[in-house]
Amino acid sequence: MKKWIAFWNILLKDMRTYYLKPPNISWGLIFPIAWTGMFFIKSGSGLESIPSLLPGVITISVLFGTTSMLAVTITFEKKNRSFDRLLLAPISLNLLMLAKTAGAILFGSINTIVPIAIALFLTDLSAISWVIVLPAIILIAIVSTFLGLFIAVSVSEIFEAQTFSNFFRFPMIFLCGLFFPIDSLPLVLRPLSYILPLTYGVDILREAINKTNMMSLGLDFLIITCFCAFLFNISLRNINRKWIT
Amino acid sequence: MNIHESIPTASVQDSLIKVVKLTKKFDDVTAVNEISFSLHQGVLFGFLGPNGAGKTTTINMLTGLSRPDSGTIIVAGQDCTENPKAAQHLIGIVPDESNLYPELSGFDNLCFCASLYGIRKNERQERAKELLETFGLKEAADRKFAGYSKGMKRKLTIAAGIIHRPQILFLDEPTTGIDVASARQIRQLIANLHRTGTTIFLTTHYIEEAERLCERIAFIVKGRIVKIDSVRNLLQPLLGRQVMLISVSSAANDLSGKLATVFPNYEFQSISSEQVRIDSAEPISLGPLVRFIEEQKVEVKEARRIGPSLEDVFVGVTGIEANVLKKEAEKKGGAA
Repeated sequence: MKKWIAFWNILLKDMRTYYLKPPNISWGLIFPIAWTGMFFIKSGSGLESIPSLLPGVITISVLFGTTSMLAVTITFEKKNRSFDRLLLAPISLNLLMLAKTAGAILFGSINTIVPIAIALFLTDLSAISWVIVLPAIILIAIVSTFLGLFIAVSVSEIFEAQTFSNFFRFPMIFLCGLFFPIDSLPLVLRPLSYILPLTYGVDILREAINKTNMMSLGLDFLIITCFCAFLFNISLRNINRKWIT
Repeated sequence: MNIHESIPTASVQDSLIKVVKLTKKFDDVTAVNEISFSLHQGVLFGFLGPNGAGKTTTINMLTGLSRPDSGTIIVAGQDCTENPKAAQHLIGIVPDESNLYPELSGFDNLCFCASLYGIRKNERQERAKELLETFGLKEAADRKFAGYSKGMKRKLTIAAGIIHRPQILFLDEPTTGIDVASARQIRQLIANLHRTGTTIFLTTHYIEEAERLCERIAFIVKGRIVKIDSVRNLLQPLLGRQVMLISVSSAANDLSGKLATVFPNYEFQSISSEQVRIDSAEPISLGPLVRFIEEQKVEVKEARRIGPSLEDVFVGVTGIEANVLKKEAEKKGGAA
C-alpha cells in the first residue's frame, strides 16, 4: 500500500507541475489541430480522406505529447537534483520510473481526444473498431513515453533532450507510414521503417480505422509490446549505470 | 590505513551503521579509500574534511545514491552494500544543495516528500504543518519554494529530510551558504533532533560547529579517515596547554619570527598580519611578551586566553590549516 501512495503522488505531482500547465494543454490542442489541417489541405481531397489521415494524426499527437515532455521533465529534475530525492525513496526503481512515465502516458493518450473529436464532428466514424483503437493508443503512448525516457537517460542538458527527441521523432513521421505508405518509400529506407516502434502502432490504427494494415494485429501488438519492454529495461539499466554511479 | 582508533569489534554488533573498508574510485581518483567506522543509535557524528576529501561520496554510498567499489555497509542490521533500498525507509537525507521542487509551495513540497515514504494524506498534512511551525516557516507555507531565501530553503530541506521521522539523518553541510541567524537556528534544530534520539551523520566545513554539536568526529583527508574518536578524547592530549591570541594594531614585519627567537619556550603562529597565536605547555607570561611587541613599535590591541580547540587537533592531525576549510566554505557561498 505504501509504495502505491508514493506511485500515485509522483504521478499526481508530475501532472500538476508539468503536464496540466496551460502551455502544455494548449500545445496538446494546437499541435494535433495544425497537423490535421495541414494534411487535410495537402491531400486536396474532401472529408472522405479523414479516416485515412486519422491514424497518422493520432500517432503524431501521442508522439509529440509524450517524448519531449518526459525527456525534458526528467532532465530538469536530474539537473536540479530533485530526482535524487526520488532515487532515495524506499520504492523500487521499476515502480519509480513507472510512476514518472505514467503522467506522460496519460497526457499523450488524452491528446488524441482532439483529432478524434474533430474527425467525429466532420465525418462518419461508425466503422471504426474502438476496441482496437483504445489499446493501440495506450500502447503507442507507452512506447513513445519509454522512448522519451530512453532519451532523458541519454542526455544531461535540457536542450539536448529536445534535440535528441527530434532526432528520433521527425524521421519517424516519414518512415513509420503515418502519412505515406511504407510501400511508397525508397527500397533502401524500408528496413528502417520496420525497426521503428511506431510503424506497428500505426498499422494497428489502420486496421481499426480503415482496414489498410500490412501486418496481422497479433504481430503488431507483440512487436510494439516488445519495444516497450526493451526501451523500459534499457533505460532502467542506463539509470543504474549512469545515475547510481 | 591510518585509523587512530581501531573499530571495537564487540560493540559494532549493536551499531546502527557499520562501515567496513569502504572504497570508491572515479577513474584513477580514489575518492574514498578503505574507510571503516561504526555509529551507535542516537549519536551525533561529525565528518570533517576539506573539499574533495570524500565526505559527500561517503554519504552517497551510505544512502544508495552511489555504489561502492568494495567494502561493506550495514544499516540497522541490513546489508545495504548491494541492496541500498533495504534501509532507505530508515534514512533521511539533507543534501549539500537544497533540492526540493521550485514549482511547489513549501507545504506541498513537504507533503510530497512524506508521500514518497507511504505516509497517508491526513498524517502527512499534519506533519507538514507541524514542521513548518517548528522551522518558523508557517507564514511561507503557501509560497513557492523557488521564492524562498537561501536560509528558508535550507530549513525546508531539513524539514523534508525528517518528514518521515527517520532513525538516521544525513546532513551534508547544512549551514554552508546561509546567513548567520539561519545557521544558528539550524544548529539549534540539529541539537533538538539529537535530543529526540535521532542518529545524525553531519558533514561540515566548520570545525567549531562540529565541536559544538558532535559527540564523535572523524577527520577525512584525501578519502582516508585519519582520526576518529569522541570529541572529549580528541581534545584530551591538548588539555593543560596554554593558548593565547594577541591582536596588534598594524602589520608587523615577521613578528612571529622575532617572538620565537626571544621566547623559545613558546610556539608562535601568525593567524593574520594583525594576529599572533601563542601555544605553550607551560603558563604564558603576558607582560614580557607585550613589552617586546611594543618595543617593535607595534601597539598591542588585545591579548586573549583561549582554550585549546578541536581546530588545534584538526591542524595537528591533518596538517591542514583550519582557515583552509573556512575559505572553502566561503567559496561555496558560506556566511555561517
